[in-house]
Amino acid sequence: MENVWQNYRLAIISVAIAAVAAAASLFVVPETKQAVIISAGNPTKIVNMYRPDEPYGQTGAGFYWRIPLYERVQMVERRVLDLDMDNQQVLTSDQQRLQVNAYARFRIIQPRIMVERAGDETRLISQLSPILTSVLRQELGRRTFASLLTAERGNAMTNIRDQLDRQAREYGAQIIDVRIKAADLPEGTPLQAAFTRMQSERQEEAATIRAQGRKNAQIIRAEADADAANTYAAAYGKDPQFYDFYRAMQSYRTTFINAEGESSMILSEDNEYFRQFRGQ
Amino acid sequence: MQIFDGFKQRFGQSAIGLAMAGKKNPWGAGNKGGDEASGEKPSGQSGDEPSGEKSEGPRNPWLPGGGSGDGAGGKGRRAPNIEDLFKNRGPEGPRRGGPGGPNFRLPQRPGGKSWAPILIVGVALIWIGLTSVHFVQPREQAVVTWFGGKYQDTLNPGTNWTYPWPVQQVTATDVSEIRSEDVPKKLILTGDQNLVDLGYLIRWNIKDLTLFEFQLADPEETVLEAAETAMRSSVAEKTLDAVISGEGRADIEQNVLTRMQGILDAYGSGINVQGIEIDKSDPPEQVIEAFNDVLAAQQNAEQEINQARRYAQQLLARAEGDAAAFNNIYEEYRLAPEVTRRRLYYETMEAVLANTDKTFIEADGVTPYLPLSEVQRRSQQAASQAQQGGQ
Repeated sequence: MENVWQNYRLAIISVAIAAVAAAASLFVVPETKQAVIISAGNPTKIVNMYRPDEPYGQTGAGFYWRIPLYERVQMVERRVLDLDMDNQQVLTSDQQRLQVNAYARFRIIQPRIMVERAGDETRLISQLSPILTSVLRQELGRRTFASLLTAERGNAMTNIRDQLDRQAREYGAQIIDVRIKAADLPEGTPLQAAFTRMQSERQEEAATIRAQGRKNAQIIRAEADADAANTYAAAYGKDPQFYDFYRAMQSYRTTFINAEGESSMILSEDNEYFRQFRGQ
Repeated sequence: MQIFDGFKQRFGQSAIGLAMAGKKNPWGAGNKGGDEASGEKPSGQSGDEPSGEKSEGPRNPWLPGGGSGDGAGGKGRRAPNIEDLFKNRGPEGPRRGGPGGPNFRLPQRPGGKSWAPILIVGVALIWIGLTSVHFVQPREQAVVTWFGGKYQDTLNPGTNWTYPWPVQQVTATDVSEIRSEDVPKKLILTGDQNLVDLGYLIRWNIKDLTLFEFQLADPEETVLEAAETAMRSSVAEKTLDAVISGEGRADIEQNVLTRMQGILDAYGSGINVQGIEIDKSDPPEQVIEAFNDVLAAQQNAEQEINQARRYAQQLLARAEGDAAAFNNIYEEYRLAPEVTRRRLYYETMEAVLANTDKTFIEADGVTPYLPLSEVQRRSQQAASQAQQGGQ
């Protein structure tokens, strides 16, 4: 078997050299990347550049050759990228502070310009991020706090996107969309003040509800009193004199019999009760 | 060798003399025959061999070699011996390593020269078989690319054939599976500038696998961010009460879904949002006491009203009862006013006076003296007697 080596030595060596050469000069561009070929420091050729109406499968992705050592390949993202802005305090036109968290979505449409002016994606993001912040501050600073919470914000976002897009094109990027993820009250006094206001609003609501309850209860009682008086009047009004007598009798029973404690009575003979007693 | 052999045959005795001369050599094997002594010399000349092995080894193996006799002269014999050394040692070589290592690997598969091609073809067939058949599961789809580069096709569920691995590469993904992202509670501003603590769930799946794979750098993150944006702007359209009470919840969920789908479609993300569920919407923790107090106030108000109703019911029932009683008696009274009146009067007085201490003053013109202290004492006595009686 050692003959294989001896007999085909030349072939084996040449295959190995070919493989190494191929590995050094062949490269695959996936659908998700654009490739910038840099020959001796100058970006000369772009492979699989983004075009909006190209369906996948008909893009420039695939195998490509380069001259080893002389040409260098830099892969640039072809997909939509994410530019995140950390929490930023923005002062609105009515002097309210607002903590804003935004993001932008962008795509590199001019990889050559991007490679020349920014370098790579990470550096591009670090270039764009302060621009986003300042554009956002500027635009939101013209609006009132309340308007930032409403749908009118859409207009602001379009302005911000356009401004950012103008500057991003300088770096070969296209801004697809800018959106405010969160517009919050900043931690500390503003947030605390909001909490206090919410609290006092609720306290007011609670007090109102209680007062309403008391009021309603009072009305119900008063109505009942009136109804009862009405009922009484309807009955007793038939004969006020008899009512007087009847009620007096009831009252005596209640006072002297059912009441607590001893009762003593000093009775005069003139009492009506003793009329028969006196023999009259 | 012939010379030495001749010596041996003819002058068997005188071999000692030669041996004596042999004693002078550094190997010190004086007792052996001249044959052996001379045989050692070539080993000495092959200086580049490790001497440790040589010191014992060469002596015996070479004896038969010397004995066989090539027919060459003394000098001629030495040179081929070195080559022989290499050649004969060859197969045993691996333990030595060193030069010619790769040479010795091949002979390890000596079952005929046809073994290696069969092995290679077998491995290649298995490789092709394993990497070119793809069983795409019912809920999956798979993206096929050439060498991981150009997109070729999307495979649907079933058995699919492609070129073997490095040529066509296949990535299968579960597209129908509903993925859900649970967004934990966060403070969100409502339309009336209040804050609500809101947590929700996003359910989504893949609508278009190629877009999902190739369009966005980070689709999952995009889903979350689009959801947060949509949620915050939808909540900002509602008042706090609507968000908390749940009456606006279905509205918000629908709005978020529409908005989010709009954003994701604009990015061409290939994502389909299945649903948004608000699972928790509470007032912020810091003010929850005040909100609970509102609930308590509602309970209190209810309670007050219930009490008033109870009072009203009692009062009305009593009034109706009293009125009914009066009406009844009045009916009787009307039939016989004087008698009824008298009867009522006497019955009442009887009951009253039967239960009270009575002092009756009959004399006319006598100033009635009221012994109030006496009256009180008597009543106290009565009380204490009642107590003792009780004991």
